[in-house]
This record gives sequence, structure tokens and C-alpha cells, in this order.
Amino acid sequence: MSKAEDKAARTETRSTWLLSAPALVLLLFAASGPLIIMLVYSFLTPGKYGNVIWEFSPDAWIGTILSRDIFDGTYSLADAHLTIFWRSVQLSLLTTLFTFLVGFPTAWFIATRTARTRALLLFLITIPFWTNLLIRTIAINQIIRNEGLLNTALLSLGVIDEPLVIIYTNVAVFIGMTYVYLPLMVLPLFAAIDRFDMRLLEAAYDLYASRWQVLRRVILPIVKPGVIAGSILVFIPALGAYVTPRILGGGRNMMIGNFIELQFGQGRNWPLGAALSVLLLVIVTVALMFYVRAATRSDSNG
Amino acid sequence: MVYAIEARSTRKVYGSGSFAVTALDNVSIAIRKGEFFTLLGPSGCGKTTLLRMIAGFETPTSGQILLNGQDISTQPPNQRPINTVFQSYALFPHLSVRENVGFGLKMKGRPDAQIAGTVERVLSLVKLEAMADRKPQQLSGGQQQRVALARALAPEPEVLLLDEPLSALDLKLRKEMQVELKRLQLELGITFIFVTHDQEEALTMSDRIGVMSAGHLLQVGPPREIYNRPVNRFVADFIGETNFIPATIAGGVATVAGGARLAVATDAPTGDHTIAVRPEHVRIGAEGDGALPATVGESVYFGTDSHVHLTLADGTAIVARQQSDATGAGVLAEGSRVGVSFADGSVQVLED
Ligand SMILES: Nc1ncnc2c1ncn2[C@@H]1O[C@H](COP(=O)(O)OP(=O)(O)OP(=O)(O)O)[C@@H](O)[C@H]1O
Ligand SMILES: [Mg+2]
Repeated sequence: MSKAEDKAARTETRSTWLLSAPALVLLLFAASGPLIIMLVYSFLTPGKYGNVIWEFSPDAWIGTILSRDIFDGTYSLADAHLTIFWRSVQLSLLTTLFTFLVGFPTAWFIATRTARTRALLLFLITIPFWTNLLIRTIAINQIIRNEGLLNTALLSLGVIDEPLVIIYTNVAVFIGMTYVYLPLMVLPLFAAIDRFDMRLLEAAYDLYASRWQVLRRVILPIVKPGVIAGSILVFIPALGAYVTPRILGGGRNMMIGNFIELQFGQGRNWPLGAALSVLLLVIVTVALMFYVRAATRSDSNG
Repeated sequence: MVYAIEARSTRKVYGSGSFAVTALDNVSIAIRKGEFFTLLGPSGCGKTTLLRMIAGFETPTSGQILLNGQDISTQPPNQRPINTVFQSYALFPHLSVRENVGFGLKMKGRPDAQIAGTVERVLSLVKLEAMADRKPQQLSGGQQQRVALARALAPEPEVLLLDEPLSALDLKLRKEMQVELKRLQLELGITFIFVTHDQEEALTMSDRIGVMSAGHLLQVGPPREIYNRPVNRFVADFIGETNFIPATIAGGVATVAGGARLAVATDAPTGDHTIAVRPEHVRIGAEGDGALPATVGESVYFGTDSHVHLTLADGTAIVARQQSDATGAGVLAEGSRVGVSFADGSVQVLED
């Protein structure tokens, strides 16, 4: 490399850094700042009326998975916490899977329309984002509650004799989350399918592939980046979901998000809340690493 | 005789109502087993449409497509023992060259060991063994082309369809691939149906050529016949260069303006017609002695030969192709008067 080129490269590197400086500063304070506060708080002692006392204590971390017997001081697994974790993971995975199953045909349909129809459909997909999440969730509540739209309709049609109990169950949370996160799956899938060369379908079909094989061997591997992006965009917020389980799951069907909120509210145990938040972050990060690695590996050996 | 592929009064209309486009109009064609058959015609004449119907991507609006004498008009592509080399190659970007080539066999459910063996053999056939583990994006255009060919050959189809497979290649590579394709076809004995709008490509490679225009099949025959005995003005004009001269034909003699009389086939249609003569069959000599009087115009030098532009007595412009000599002594001066004659049997009477 000549001197001039070298200098040009260095100037470019410098201006790139300078240009991204505002974003980097913002990220540093807005993202890592709160994170560090959380990490510090998780090692402190809870104050009597919330807040923290600046005294080191590992109790919050122990308390995330173990519970201490108030009488004899022995530790046992905190079943209630584990149930909440498990429910959160289960519901989030199920939501991710289901948004994919519904979102894929939808995205395919949109991507194969003419330019005008496509723009209209994409616009329709984004309409829910215009309304507050709370209002949308309450609307779902209105539909599926015992005296809601769905039950009234089914009862009056004589399909059922007594109302279906959906509200305040895991099913209700699942329905709500699928509805809320579906666009986040459809949009990246659409972007990937839009780039897919439809001529490959004919090539595969010409080479004796059945419809299922075309999907499995050609379409899915090629649109995989969209599938990965969509899954991440759905799974992460679903795992931390707060509003939906609160309104549709009632008090008993908590997810991690509600449980964390509880610690900062009525529970008055900020360190435990902080420890749970950090734990959630770690779970998500590890899960993502495994997922992305597994997804890219299966790509390289066909 | 059972043909490899037959089209019987095949019509294809795209769209309907006022948007209807007749891409193929009553095309009947019979292609023999092991033949290198070329469909030749200008852009939009329906070559791809015919090929896609043979492959199974389109169903005929009416008429039939037969494979080995059996009607396959409604069979889907994945059930036809016919493979296509696509103009855009359409290689699978997520698969290596080896996996691309093995794709068809894998979909047919062949055991892995057999697939590996066949893929190896086909890759060596197209001289791509060294690239087997690359992805298509890491190959040059010519190499991708050969992968597409190998991929279509690996499942050992009965008929191979090639839609302008060489059009994206530069001239030198195209010539190489032409030779290679022809060699492969002779070696494998597979029926090739090749689409091109390059007449030279068609003439050098084909056993037979079908010339198409605007959804019609105009003439089918071996290259020599197509070139020397074109049935009409379109074919004569599309294949090679041709001089068209108005003439009156009677009893195997064509009389052209100026009174010169030329021998033509005795079964040629009589009346006022156009006769066609290739530039290389035009002889330039001295005036008189039954030759057509002409005036020499511009001469264009092409290396191995020159094109001499001439004007006949009635104003008809014709071109003669003359072999170049080393000294340039034979160059005719512009404006000089000469006599033109045509090589024996070179004058064709066109019906329209
Ligand atoms: N899917 C389609 N819908 C409507 N019209 C079509 C369609 N496909 C082809 N056509 C029309 O049918 C005619 C024949 O098209 P075709 O693609 O067979 O031509 P071609 O001979 O292969 O031309 P080229 O040499 O340019 O590839 C054209 O007029 C084209 O516009
Ligand atoms: Mg075409």
C-alpha cells in the first residue's frame, strides 16, 4: 500500500469514528449506564420501603433461584421463581414458533404481489403500531373475556353451552403476544423473501424437487437470515413482555417482566429485581448465541 | 418413428381478452432422439415459450407435447425426465458446486454414494473438479454456465433444454463452449433442444434447425438446407446475408431486369417472385456474355474477404463477397462497369 493510500485510509477511519461518536456516546450512557446501575444494585441490601442500602449482600443473587426457609434458615429451590422462568421461556418460544408459522405465508403472499398491492399490504401490517400497546391489549381482553365478543358470539350461535375460559390463562397470554409480535416477524421475513430469486423455484422444480422439498431445500435455507432476524425480534421482547401478561394473564400467570416489576413495587426488593433483570439479560444473550451459531452451522453443511 | 419430443398443433396464449398475447400459433415439430435441435428466431418469437412448455412450466392453450410418443402436456416439471439449463443459470446460491450438481439426484432419492460418484463424473465432464467446493458466487460467468450444464446433466435426463445458455458469455468463451457443448452432446447421446438467436451458433452446432418468427415455425431442416434453400424471405434474410432480386420465373428460368436469364429449379413457382442469392455466390466478371450489367460501388474490407456493393441496371443493390488477395491488385474501382453472374444452383426462388 502506498503512503498516500495509507493516509487516506487513516483519514477515513478517523472520520468514521467521528461521525459515529454521537451514537456511541448515547449508547454508552443510555445502554450501559442503566446496566451498570442494575449490576451494582443487585449486590446491595434492600431498603425497608424500597430503594437500597449501600451494604454489600449476595442475598439477591441467591434469592433468584433459591428460597430461604424463614424458620430454620435452610435453602431450597425457589419453585415459584422457576415456574415463572419456565412459563416465560415456554410462552416466548411458542409465540416465536407460531408467529413464524403464520408470518411466513403472510410474508410470502405480500412479497409475491405487484408493487402497488405490496405497498398497501405492508402499510396494513404496520397499522397496529399506531395504536398504544395497552389499548390493543385491552381490546383483545374485550374479545376473549368470559362475557366478551368471542364467547357471546359462540354462545348465541349455539356452538358452546358455557363460555370458554381463555382470559387469565397461558393461552390468553399466548394469543396476545402472537398478535402483538406478528408484525415483527412478518417484516424481516418479507425483506428476505423479497430478495429471493423466484427463478430458483423453477430450477428446483425442474430438478425433481417436490413442493415440500422446494420449501425445505431451497426457500428456507436462502431466506434464513430473515427467519433468524424475525425470531430474535419476537423472542427477546416476548421474554421480557410486561403489558400483555399483566392484562391478559391476570395476577397468577406472571412472566419474568411482571415478576421483576413486582420486586420494584409491592415486593420492595430492588436488589432481587435488579438481579432478575441481569439474569434475564444473560439468559437472552446465551440463548441468542446458541441459536445464531446453530442456525449458521446448519447452513454451511447444507 | 417415435420422436424424443413432439409438439402437435401447440398454441400458447398468454393473458385473456384484450390483453391476450399469442406467443405460439399452431406449432408442430418433431425432434429425433439424440438430435441436436436448435430453435432459432428473433427476440419475442416464442422460443422460450415453446421450451417452457416442453419443460412443463407452461401448459399449452391447445395442442399437445409428447415425450417418446406419450402425451405429457399436463405432467408437472418434476415428473418429466427433462432438464433445463436456464439463461440466468439459476444456480442455488446456498449450495456448493458439488451440491448444486447433485441436487437433482438427491431430490430423486438416490443413495449418497451413487450421487457422489455421478457428481464427480459430471464435474470432470465439464472440467470443474477443482471448483467442486466453491459457492456459485465465487465462480466466473463461464464457470457458472458449466455448473448449470452439469447440474442439468447429472440426473441423466432424456432431453436437455438449453435457453440461450451462451448469451451471457464473451465471444471467445462462447466459441469454446459451443465446441464443448457439441462434444458433450455427441458423447452422451442426449437429445439437446437449444435456443438461440445467433444464426452462426445455430449453423455450426445443430443437426437440424427450426426457424421461428412471431409464434410460427417457418422452416425445419439441417443447417445446409436452411442456409441454401430458405423457404421464404424471412428465413433467407434472418440466416446469413442475402441479395434479393425481383424476377419473372417461367419454366426453370428467371428473367431479371435488363433481360438476363438465370437457371433456377425446374419446380420453382412461376410468375413474379423474388430470387435470393448469397453474396459469396455472386461472381464479378467482364460485361456482356449473358451477365447482368452492374456498376461497382463501395468495397468494404473485412480481412479474409471484402464486400463489394453493386447496383444492377434496374437500381437493385446487391453485395458480392470476394476473397481478399495479398496485394490488393484485384480491388475494383468505384464506378466501373462490370458483369455479374451467379454460381450454379445458387439462385433460390422465394415464394413470398
Ligand atoms: N408470462 C407472459 N405473459 C404474457 N406474455 C408473455 C409471457 N411470456 C412471454 N410472453 C410474450 O410471448 C411472446 C413470446 O415470448 P418468448 O419469451 O417465448 O420469446 P423468445 O423467443 O424467447 O424471445 P427472446 O429471444 O427475447 O428470449 C412475447 O411477445 C412475449 O412478450
Ligand atoms: Mg427467450
